[in-house]
Amino acid sequence: MGALSNTLRSFLLKEIVSGMASTFRMMFQPKVTLNYPYEKGPLSHRFRGEHALRRYPNGEERCIACKLCEATCPAEAITIEAQERDDGSRRTTRYDIDMTKCIYCGLCEEACPVDAIVEGPNYEFATETREELMYDKNRLLANGDRWESLLARRLELDAPYR
Amino acid sequence: MAQFFYHTLVGQICLMLLETLAVLVPLLIGVAYLTLMERKVMAAMQRRRGPNVNGAFGLLQAFADAIKMIVKETVIPAGANRGLFLFAPFLTFSLAMVAWAVIPTGNGLAVANINVGILYLLAISSLGVYGILIAGWASNSKYAFLGGLRSAAQMVSYEVSIGLVIVSVLLAVGSLNLNDIVLAQRHVWFCLPMFPMFVVFFISALAETNRAPFDLPEGESELVAGFFVEYSSLAFGLFFLGEYANMILMSSMVSILFLGGWLPPLGIAPLTWIPGPLWLIFKILFCLFVFIWVRATFPRYRYDQLMRLGWKVFLPFSLLWMIGTAGFLMVTGLLPHSGGVN
Repeated sequence: MGALSNTLRSFLLKEIVSGMASTFRMMFQPKVTLNYPYEKGPLSHRFRGEHALRRYPNGEERCIACKLCEATCPAEAITIEAQERDDGSRRTTRYDIDMTKCIYCGLCEEACPVDAIVEGPNYEFATETREELMYDKNRLLANGDRWESLLARRLELDAPYR
Repeated sequence: MAQFFYHTLVGQICLMLLETLAVLVPLLIGVAYLTLMERKVMAAMQRRRGPNVNGAFGLLQAFADAIKMIVKETVIPAGANRGLFLFAPFLTFSLAMVAWAVIPTGNGLAVANINVGILYLLAISSLGVYGILIAGWASNSKYAFLGGLRSAAQMVSYEVSIGLVIVSVLLAVGSLNLNDIVLAQRHVWFCLPMFPMFVVFFISALAETNRAPFDLPEGESELVAGFFVEYSSLAFGLFFLGEYANMILMSSMVSILFLGGWLPPLGIAPLTWIPGPLWLIFKILFCLFVFIWVRATFPRYRYDQLMRLGWKVFLPFSLLWMIGTAGFLMVTGLLPHSGGVN
Protein backbone atom coordinates (compact mmCIF):
# COMPACT_ATOMS: atom_id res chain seq x y z
CA MET A 1 0.00 0.00 0.00
CA GLY A 2 2.84 2.34 0.90
CA ALA A 3 4.61 1.66 -2.38
CA LEU A 4 1.42 2.27 -4.30
CA SER A 5 0.70 5.59 -2.64
CA ASN A 6 4.33 6.65 -3.11
CA THR A 7 4.14 5.88 -6.83
CA LEU A 8 0.84 7.72 -7.09
CA ARG A 9 2.30 10.71 -5.26
CA SER A 10 5.28 10.96 -7.56
CA PHE A 11 3.11 10.53 -10.68
CA LEU A 12 0.70 13.22 -9.57
CA LEU A 13 3.68 15.53 -8.83
CA LYS A 14 2.35 16.21 -5.35
CA GLU A 15 5.62 17.55 -3.94
CA ILE A 16 6.26 19.67 -7.01
CA VAL A 17 2.82 21.26 -6.84
CA SER A 18 3.05 21.95 -3.11
CA GLY A 19 6.51 23.47 -3.56
CA MET A 20 5.28 25.73 -6.30
CA ALA A 21 2.25 26.73 -4.24
CA SER A 22 4.60 27.74 -1.46
CA THR A 23 6.70 30.03 -3.67
CA PHE A 24 3.51 31.48 -5.18
CA ARG A 25 2.21 32.39 -1.72
CA MET A 26 5.52 34.09 -0.95
CA MET A 27 4.94 36.52 -3.83
CA PHE A 28 2.21 38.26 -1.86
CA GLN A 29 4.01 38.42 1.47
CA PRO A 30 5.56 41.72 2.53
CA LYS A 31 9.14 42.25 1.36
CA VAL A 32 11.85 41.60 3.89
CA THR A 33 14.57 43.71 2.26
CA LEU A 34 15.11 47.43 2.73
CA ASN A 35 14.69 49.78 -0.23
CA TYR A 36 18.34 50.64 0.39
CA PRO A 37 19.35 54.02 -0.94
CA TYR A 38 16.04 55.45 0.24
CA GLU A 39 15.67 53.36 3.40
CA LYS A 40 18.43 52.46 5.83
CA GLY A 41 18.84 50.01 8.66
CA PRO A 42 19.38 51.12 12.28
CA LEU A 43 22.96 51.82 13.44
CA SER A 44 24.48 51.42 16.91
CA HIS A 45 25.85 54.63 18.39
CA ARG A 46 29.16 52.75 18.58
CA PHE A 47 29.25 52.10 14.82
CA ARG A 48 32.72 52.98 13.47
CA GLY A 49 32.45 54.62 10.07
CA GLU A 50 34.15 57.53 8.33
CA HIS A 51 36.55 59.62 10.41
CA ALA A 52 36.02 63.24 11.41
CA LEU A 53 38.00 65.90 13.27
CA ARG A 54 35.80 67.84 15.71
CA ARG A 55 35.88 71.48 16.80
CA TYR A 56 34.95 73.23 20.04
CA PRO A 57 31.69 75.18 19.94
CA ASN A 58 33.69 78.41 19.49
CA GLY A 59 35.16 77.04 16.26
CA GLU A 60 38.62 76.17 17.61
CA GLU A 61 39.82 72.78 16.47
CA ARG A 62 40.12 70.26 19.27
CA CYS A 63 43.22 68.41 18.09
CA ILE A 64 46.34 69.30 20.10
CA ALA A 65 48.73 67.22 17.97
CA CYS A 66 49.64 64.83 20.79
CA LYS A 67 50.04 62.10 18.13
CA LEU A 68 48.59 59.39 20.39
CA CYS A 69 46.32 58.30 17.54
CA GLU A 70 49.26 58.10 15.14
CA ALA A 71 51.15 56.02 17.71
CA THR A 72 48.29 53.65 18.46
CA CYS A 73 47.10 53.15 14.88
CA PRO A 74 47.76 49.44 14.11
CA ALA A 75 47.58 50.02 10.35
CA GLU A 76 49.84 53.10 10.45
CA ALA A 77 47.23 54.94 8.45
CA ILE A 78 47.59 58.29 10.28
CA THR A 79 50.32 60.86 9.55
CA ILE A 80 50.62 63.99 11.70
CA GLU A 81 52.97 66.97 11.54
CA ALA A 82 52.77 69.68 14.20
CA GLN A 83 54.04 73.22 14.82
CA GLU A 84 53.55 75.90 17.41
CA ARG A 85 50.96 78.41 16.28
CA ASP A 86 51.41 82.22 16.59
CA ASP A 87 49.31 82.30 19.79
CA GLY A 88 51.62 79.71 21.37
CA SER A 89 49.23 76.72 21.18
CA ARG A 90 50.33 73.42 19.71
CA ARG A 91 48.39 72.53 16.53
CA THR A 92 48.70 70.17 13.60
CA THR A 93 49.94 71.47 10.26
CA ARG A 94 49.13 68.18 8.64
CA TYR A 95 46.66 65.45 9.61
CA ASP A 96 46.30 62.72 6.97
CA ILE A 97 44.43 59.44 7.14
CA ASP A 98 44.89 56.88 4.42
CA MET A 99 41.37 55.42 4.33
CA THR A 100 42.56 52.48 2.25
CA LYS A 101 44.92 51.41 5.03
CA CYS A 102 42.53 52.09 7.90
CA ILE A 103 40.93 49.01 9.43
CA TYR A 104 38.23 50.96 11.31
CA CYS A 105 39.28 49.52 14.69
CA GLY A 106 38.44 52.71 16.58
CA LEU A 107 41.72 52.80 18.56
CA CYS A 108 42.37 56.39 17.43
CA GLU A 109 39.20 57.68 19.02
CA GLU A 110 39.88 55.60 22.13
CA ALA A 111 43.33 57.19 22.38
CA CYS A 112 42.27 60.77 21.79
CA PRO A 113 42.35 62.76 25.09
CA VAL A 114 40.21 65.62 23.71
CA ASP A 115 37.65 63.71 21.60
CA ALA A 116 39.00 65.34 18.47
CA ILE A 117 39.35 62.38 16.10
CA VAL A 118 36.19 60.27 16.04
CA GLU A 119 34.68 57.70 13.77
CA GLY A 120 31.22 58.81 12.67
CA PRO A 121 28.05 57.07 11.51
CA ASN A 122 28.74 57.60 7.80
CA TYR A 123 29.51 54.48 5.79
CA GLU A 124 28.70 55.81 2.31
CA PHE A 125 31.99 57.35 1.23
CA ALA A 126 32.93 55.13 -1.69
CA THR A 127 34.93 56.94 -4.37
CA GLU A 128 35.83 56.36 -7.98
CA THR A 129 39.60 56.77 -7.52
CA ARG A 130 42.04 55.64 -4.88
CA GLU A 131 43.46 59.17 -4.47
CA GLU A 132 40.14 60.46 -3.17
CA LEU A 133 40.50 58.15 -0.17
CA MET A 134 43.70 59.88 1.04
CA TYR A 135 41.99 62.21 3.51
CA ASP A 136 43.75 65.40 4.61
CA LYS A 137 43.06 67.72 7.50
CA ASN A 138 40.63 69.94 5.58
CA ARG A 139 38.55 66.96 4.55
CA LEU A 140 38.46 65.60 8.11
CA LEU A 141 37.50 68.96 9.59
CA ALA A 142 34.78 69.34 6.96
CA ASN A 143 33.47 65.91 7.97
CA GLY A 144 33.45 67.08 11.57
CA ASP A 145 31.43 70.16 10.69
CA ARG A 146 29.00 68.14 8.63
CA TRP A 147 28.31 65.44 11.22
CA GLU A 148 28.86 67.40 14.47
CA SER A 149 25.32 67.10 15.87
CA LEU A 150 25.32 63.32 15.43
CA LEU A 151 28.89 62.95 16.66
CA ALA A 152 28.13 64.85 19.88
CA ARG A 153 25.02 62.77 20.47
CA ARG A 154 26.98 59.55 19.99
CA LEU A 155 29.66 60.59 22.48
CA GLU A 156 26.99 61.54 24.99
CA LEU A 157 25.28 58.13 24.64
CA ASP A 158 28.57 56.31 25.06
CA ALA A 159 29.83 58.43 27.98
CA PRO A 160 28.40 56.19 30.79
CA TYR A 161 30.49 53.30 29.56
CA ARG A 162 33.80 55.11 29.24
CA MET B 1 -0.70 50.09 -52.45
CA ALA B 2 -1.95 46.52 -52.46
CA GLN B 3 -1.01 46.42 -56.13
CA PHE B 4 2.60 47.33 -55.23
CA PHE B 5 2.93 44.79 -52.43
CA TYR B 6 1.33 41.81 -54.13
CA HIS B 7 2.15 42.19 -57.81
CA THR B 8 5.74 43.47 -58.08
CA LEU B 9 8.92 41.72 -57.04
CA VAL B 10 10.29 44.72 -55.12
CA GLY B 11 6.94 45.03 -53.39
CA GLN B 12 6.96 41.41 -52.31
CA ILE B 13 10.48 41.71 -50.95
CA CYS B 14 9.46 44.86 -49.05
CA LEU B 15 6.41 43.07 -47.68
CA MET B 16 8.63 40.17 -46.58
CA LEU B 17 11.03 42.53 -44.77
CA LEU B 18 8.15 44.37 -43.10
CA GLU B 19 6.63 41.09 -41.92
CA THR B 20 10.01 39.97 -40.57
CA LEU B 21 10.47 43.25 -38.72
CA ALA B 22 6.94 43.04 -37.35
CA VAL B 23 7.91 39.73 -35.73
CA LEU B 24 11.51 40.44 -34.72
CA VAL B 25 11.14 43.88 -33.16
CA PRO B 26 8.43 42.86 -30.67
CA LEU B 27 10.42 39.67 -30.03
CA LEU B 28 13.61 41.54 -29.12
CA ILE B 29 11.71 43.99 -26.92
CA GLY B 30 10.02 40.95 -25.39
CA VAL B 31 13.40 39.40 -24.64
CA ALA B 32 14.59 42.63 -23.00
CA TYR B 33 11.54 42.75 -20.78
CA LEU B 34 11.63 39.01 -20.10
CA THR B 35 14.95 39.50 -18.32
CA LEU B 36 13.35 42.22 -16.22
CA MET B 37 10.27 40.07 -15.58
CA GLU B 38 12.47 37.19 -14.51
CA ARG B 39 14.35 39.36 -12.03
CA LYS B 40 11.16 40.93 -10.70
CA VAL B 41 9.25 37.66 -10.31
CA MET B 42 12.20 35.84 -8.74
CA ALA B 43 12.66 38.79 -6.38
CA ALA B 44 9.00 38.71 -5.40
CA MET B 45 9.12 34.96 -4.72
CA GLN B 46 12.22 35.42 -2.59
CA ARG B 47 10.58 38.40 -0.88
CA ARG B 48 13.08 40.87 -2.31
CA ARG B 49 12.40 43.99 -4.35
CA GLY B 50 14.30 43.42 -7.59
CA PRO B 51 15.55 46.21 -9.84
CA ASN B 52 13.57 49.38 -9.13
CA VAL B 53 15.96 52.29 -9.58
CA ASN B 54 16.31 52.69 -13.39
CA GLY B 55 13.05 54.23 -14.53
CA ALA B 56 9.64 53.57 -12.95
CA PHE B 57 9.64 50.06 -11.40
CA GLY B 58 13.07 49.49 -13.00
CA LEU B 59 11.57 49.48 -16.51
CA LEU B 60 14.78 50.87 -18.02
CA GLN B 61 16.98 48.24 -16.33
CA ALA B 62 16.95 46.01 -19.42
CA PHE B 63 18.33 48.82 -21.57
CA ALA B 64 20.94 49.77 -19.00
CA ASP B 65 22.13 46.16 -19.03
CA ALA B 66 22.17 46.08 -22.83
CA ILE B 67 24.28 49.25 -23.04
CA LYS B 68 26.68 47.90 -20.43
CA MET B 69 27.02 44.66 -22.38
CA ILE B 70 27.65 46.41 -25.72
CA VAL B 71 30.37 48.79 -24.51
CA LYS B 72 32.43 45.99 -22.95
CA GLU B 73 35.42 44.42 -24.67
CA THR B 74 35.10 41.13 -26.58
CA VAL B 75 37.85 38.92 -25.23
CA ILE B 76 38.96 36.07 -27.50
CA PRO B 77 41.02 33.50 -25.58
CA ALA B 78 44.49 32.79 -26.96
CA GLY B 79 43.83 29.06 -27.53
CA ALA B 80 40.38 29.51 -29.05
CA ASN B 81 39.43 28.79 -32.62
CA ARG B 82 38.67 32.38 -33.64
CA GLY B 83 36.25 31.73 -36.47
CA LEU B 84 34.11 29.16 -34.72
CA PHE B 85 34.32 31.04 -31.43
CA LEU B 86 32.64 34.05 -33.01
CA PHE B 87 30.32 31.96 -35.20
CA ALA B 88 28.71 30.05 -32.29
CA PRO B 89 26.82 32.95 -30.64
CA PHE B 90 25.74 34.19 -34.05
CA LEU B 91 24.36 30.74 -34.90
CA THR B 92 22.52 30.40 -31.58
CA PHE B 93 20.98 33.84 -31.96
CA SER B 94 19.95 33.51 -35.59
CA LEU B 95 18.42 30.04 -35.04
CA ALA B 96 16.36 31.42 -32.17
CA MET B 97 15.11 34.12 -34.55
CA VAL B 98 14.37 32.10 -37.71
CA ALA B 99 12.10 29.69 -35.84
CA TRP B 100 9.62 32.54 -35.44
CA ALA B 101 8.83 32.48 -39.16
CA VAL B 102 6.17 29.80 -38.73
CA ILE B 103 4.52 30.80 -35.45
CA PRO B 104 0.93 31.83 -36.26
CA THR B 105 -0.26 34.82 -34.23
CA GLY B 106 -3.79 34.69 -35.65
CA ASN B 107 -5.75 32.69 -38.21
CA GLY B 108 -3.25 32.48 -41.09
CA LEU B 109 -1.16 35.25 -39.54
CA ALA B 110 2.34 33.83 -39.86
CA VAL B 111 5.34 35.04 -41.85
CA ALA B 112 5.40 31.63 -43.53
CA ASN B 113 2.27 29.49 -43.20
CA ILE B 114 3.93 26.27 -44.36
CA ASN B 115 2.45 22.79 -44.30
CA VAL B 116 5.25 21.24 -42.25
CA GLY B 117 5.47 24.04 -39.67
CA ILE B 118 5.86 21.74 -36.69
CA LEU B 119 8.65 19.77 -38.39
CA TYR B 120 10.40 23.05 -39.18
CA LEU B 121 10.18 24.07 -35.51
CA LEU B 122 11.51 20.69 -34.37
CA ALA B 123 14.39 20.91 -36.85
CA ILE B 124 15.36 24.45 -35.89
CA SER B 125 15.23 23.74 -32.17
CA SER B 126 17.39 20.64 -32.71
CA LEU B 127 19.93 22.70 -34.66
CA GLY B 128 20.20 24.96 -31.61
CA VAL B 129 22.44 22.39 -29.96
CA TYR B 130 25.15 23.10 -32.56
CA GLY B 131 25.64 26.65 -31.34
CA ILE B 132 26.26 25.36 -27.84
CA LEU B 133 28.47 22.47 -28.96
CA ILE B 134 30.59 24.74 -31.17
CA ALA B 135 30.89 27.32 -28.42
CA GLY B 136 31.98 24.66 -25.94
CA TRP B 137 34.58 23.22 -28.27
CA ALA B 138 35.91 26.45 -29.81
CA SER B 139 36.53 28.09 -26.42
CA ASN B 140 39.33 25.60 -25.68
CA SER B 141 38.42 25.58 -21.99
CA LYS B 142 37.56 22.55 -19.88
CA TYR B 143 34.50 24.14 -18.29
CA ALA B 144 33.10 25.29 -21.59
CA PHE B 145 33.80 21.85 -23.08
CA LEU B 146 32.03 19.98 -20.27
CA GLY B 147 29.13 22.42 -20.45
CA GLY B 148 28.82 21.88 -24.19
CA LEU B 149 28.91 18.08 -23.80
CA ARG B 150 26.26 18.09 -21.11
CA SER B 151 24.09 20.40 -23.10
CA ALA B 152 24.31 18.26 -26.23
CA ALA B 153 23.41 15.08 -24.35
CA GLN B 154 20.58 16.78 -22.51
CA MET B 155 18.99 18.44 -25.51
CA VAL B 156 19.17 15.30 -27.60
CA SER B 157 17.58 13.18 -24.84
CA TYR B 158 14.66 15.50 -24.28
CA GLU B 159 14.05 16.09 -27.96
CA VAL B 160 13.08 12.42 -28.23
CA SER B 161 10.23 12.79 -25.78
CA ILE B 162 9.26 16.18 -27.24
CA GLY B 163 9.02 14.47 -30.62
CA LEU B 164 6.73 11.75 -29.27
CA VAL B 165 4.53 14.29 -27.51
CA ILE B 166 4.21 16.24 -30.75
CA VAL B 167 3.33 13.04 -32.61
CA SER B 168 0.47 12.31 -30.21
CA VAL B 169 -0.84 15.85 -30.76
CA LEU B 170 -0.50 15.44 -34.51
CA LEU B 171 -2.49 12.18 -34.37
CA ALA B 172 -5.41 14.10 -32.96
CA VAL B 173 -5.04 16.95 -35.48
CA GLY B 174 -4.18 15.16 -38.70
CA SER B 175 -1.99 17.98 -40.01
CA LEU B 176 1.55 19.30 -39.57
CA ASN B 177 0.42 22.86 -40.19
CA LEU B 178 0.55 24.98 -37.02
CA ASN B 179 -2.52 26.89 -38.17
CA ASP B 180 -4.51 23.64 -38.40
CA ILE B 181 -3.17 22.52 -35.01
CA VAL B 182 -4.64 25.64 -33.41
CA LEU B 183 -7.92 25.40 -35.32
CA ALA B 184 -8.32 21.77 -34.19
CA GLN B 185 -8.56 23.14 -30.63
CA ARG B 186 -11.67 25.23 -31.30
CA HIS B 187 -13.82 23.03 -29.06
CA VAL B 188 -11.38 21.92 -26.40
CA TRP B 189 -7.74 22.83 -25.81
CA PHE B 190 -5.42 19.84 -25.97
CA CYS B 191 -4.11 20.57 -22.47
CA LEU B 192 -7.33 19.03 -21.07
CA PRO B 193 -7.59 15.63 -22.84
CA MET B 194 -3.79 15.32 -23.00
CA PHE B 195 -2.92 16.82 -19.65
CA PRO B 196 -0.08 14.36 -18.88
CA MET B 197 1.49 15.09 -22.28
CA PHE B 198 1.15 18.81 -21.55
CA VAL B 199 3.18 18.34 -18.36
CA VAL B 200 5.77 16.14 -20.10
CA PHE B 201 6.11 18.68 -22.90
CA PHE B 202 6.49 21.57 -20.49
CA ILE B 203 9.17 19.82 -18.44
CA SER B 204 10.99 18.78 -21.62
CA ALA B 205 10.80 22.39 -22.80
CA LEU B 206 12.57 23.41 -19.59
CA ALA B 207 15.33 20.90 -20.36
CA GLU B 208 15.44 21.89 -24.01
CA THR B 209 16.04 25.57 -23.19
CA ASN B 210 18.57 24.68 -20.45
CA ARG B 211 16.44 26.33 -17.80
CA ALA B 212 16.39 25.58 -14.08
CA PRO B 213 16.03 22.93 -12.69
CA PHE B 214 17.82 21.45 -15.74
CA ASP B 215 20.43 24.20 -16.17
CA LEU B 216 23.34 21.76 -15.87
CA PRO B 217 25.13 23.09 -18.97
CA GLU B 218 25.68 26.35 -17.14
CA GLY B 219 25.74 24.86 -13.61
CA GLU B 220 27.65 27.75 -12.06
CA SER B 221 28.55 25.84 -8.93
CA GLU B 222 30.64 23.29 -10.84
CA LEU B 223 31.22 24.69 -14.36
CA VAL B 224 31.46 28.44 -13.60
CA ALA B 225 29.06 29.37 -16.43
CA GLY B 226 29.24 26.31 -18.66
CA PHE B 227 29.57 26.64 -22.42
CA PHE B 228 29.71 30.45 -22.49
CA VAL B 229 32.27 30.87 -19.72
CA GLU B 230 34.83 32.39 -22.12
CA TYR B 231 32.42 34.80 -23.78
CA SER B 232 32.10 38.48 -23.01
CA SER B 233 30.45 41.57 -24.39
CA LEU B 234 28.27 41.31 -27.50
CA ALA B 235 29.14 37.64 -28.09
CA PHE B 236 27.79 36.81 -24.64
CA GLY B 237 24.87 39.12 -25.31
CA LEU B 238 23.93 37.12 -28.40
CA PHE B 239 23.91 33.88 -26.38
CA PHE B 240 21.80 35.57 -23.77
CA LEU B 241 19.33 36.91 -26.34
CA GLY B 242 19.21 33.51 -28.04
CA GLU B 243 18.53 31.71 -24.77
CA TYR B 244 15.68 34.00 -23.83
CA ALA B 245 14.27 34.05 -27.37
CA ASN B 246 14.26 30.24 -27.18
CA MET B 247 12.33 30.44 -23.93
CA ILE B 248 9.70 32.60 -25.63
CA LEU B 249 9.68 30.23 -28.61
CA MET B 250 9.14 27.18 -26.39
CA SER B 251 6.36 29.03 -24.55
CA SER B 252 4.68 29.80 -27.85
CA MET B 253 4.99 26.14 -28.85
CA VAL B 254 3.32 25.12 -25.59
CA SER B 255 0.60 27.70 -26.28
CA ILE B 256 0.04 26.52 -29.84
CA LEU B 257 0.14 22.78 -29.16
CA PHE B 258 -1.78 22.68 -25.89
CA LEU B 259 -3.29 26.04 -24.97
CA GLY B 260 -5.16 26.79 -28.19
CA GLY B 261 -2.81 29.40 -29.68
CA TRP B 262 -4.69 32.59 -30.49
CA LEU B 263 -8.11 31.15 -29.57
CA PRO B 264 -9.95 32.54 -26.54
CA PRO B 265 -10.74 30.01 -23.78
CA LEU B 266 -14.45 30.06 -24.67
CA GLY B 267 -16.02 31.20 -27.91
CA ILE B 268 -18.45 33.61 -26.20
CA ALA B 269 -18.85 37.35 -26.61
CA PRO B 270 -16.62 39.28 -24.18
CA LEU B 271 -13.70 36.90 -24.72
CA THR B 272 -13.87 36.97 -28.52
CA TRP B 273 -13.60 40.80 -28.55
CA ILE B 274 -9.93 40.53 -27.54
CA PRO B 275 -7.91 40.06 -30.75
CA GLY B 276 -6.16 36.72 -31.34
CA PRO B 277 -2.52 37.92 -31.16
CA LEU B 278 -3.25 39.31 -27.67
CA TRP B 279 -4.57 35.93 -26.53
CA LEU B 280 -1.40 34.30 -27.81
CA ILE B 281 0.69 36.88 -25.96
CA PHE B 282 -1.26 36.25 -22.73
CA LYS B 283 -0.65 32.53 -23.05
CA ILE B 284 3.05 33.00 -23.80
CA LEU B 285 3.35 35.29 -20.80
CA PHE B 286 1.66 32.70 -18.62
CA CYS B 287 4.10 30.01 -19.78
CA LEU B 288 7.06 32.30 -19.22
CA PHE B 289 5.78 33.05 -15.75
CA VAL B 290 5.71 29.33 -15.03
CA PHE B 291 9.28 29.01 -16.41
CA ILE B 292 10.42 31.63 -13.93
CA TRP B 293 8.23 30.24 -11.17
CA VAL B 294 9.86 26.82 -11.58
CA ARG B 295 13.30 28.42 -11.49
CA ALA B 296 12.48 30.20 -8.26
CA THR B 297 11.17 27.00 -6.66
CA PHE B 298 13.40 24.03 -7.46
CA PRO B 299 17.07 23.21 -6.95
CA ARG B 300 19.13 21.89 -9.86
CA TYR B 301 18.82 18.24 -10.91
CA ARG B 302 21.82 15.95 -10.67
CA TYR B 303 23.11 14.84 -14.08
CA ASP B 304 22.22 11.15 -13.71
CA GLN B 305 18.76 12.07 -12.41
CA LEU B 306 18.27 14.21 -15.47
CA MET B 307 19.15 11.34 -17.79
CA ARG B 308 17.01 8.89 -15.80
CA LEU B 309 14.01 11.22 -16.05
CA GLY B 310 14.49 11.73 -19.77
CA TRP B 311 15.10 8.14 -20.87
CA LYS B 312 13.41 6.00 -18.22
CA VAL B 313 10.33 8.06 -17.40
CA PHE B 314 9.41 10.50 -20.15
CA LEU B 315 10.36 8.38 -23.13
CA PRO B 316 8.36 5.22 -22.21
CA PHE B 317 5.50 7.30 -20.84
CA SER B 318 5.10 9.44 -23.93
CA LEU B 319 5.53 6.39 -26.17
CA LEU B 320 2.75 4.57 -24.30
CA TRP B 321 0.55 7.63 -24.42
CA MET B 322 1.12 7.99 -28.15
CA ILE B 323 0.13 4.38 -28.77
CA GLY B 324 -2.86 4.85 -26.46
CA THR B 325 -3.96 7.96 -28.35
CA ALA B 326 -3.64 6.23 -31.69
CA GLY B 327 -5.61 3.21 -30.45
CA PHE B 328 -8.31 5.37 -28.89
CA LEU B 329 -8.73 7.39 -32.08
CA MET B 330 -8.90 4.26 -34.20
CA VAL B 331 -11.42 2.50 -31.97
CA THR B 332 -13.75 5.50 -31.63
CA GLY B 333 -13.38 6.42 -35.29
CA LEU B 334 -12.31 9.97 -34.41
CA LEU B 335 -9.09 9.69 -36.41
CA PRO B 336 -8.98 12.83 -38.57
CA HIS B 337 -8.69 12.49 -42.34
CA SER B 338 -5.53 13.77 -43.93
CA GLY B 339 -5.76 17.46 -44.69
CA GLY B 340 -6.92 18.32 -41.20
CA VAL B 341 -9.90 20.44 -40.30
CA ASN B 342 -9.61 23.00 -43.07
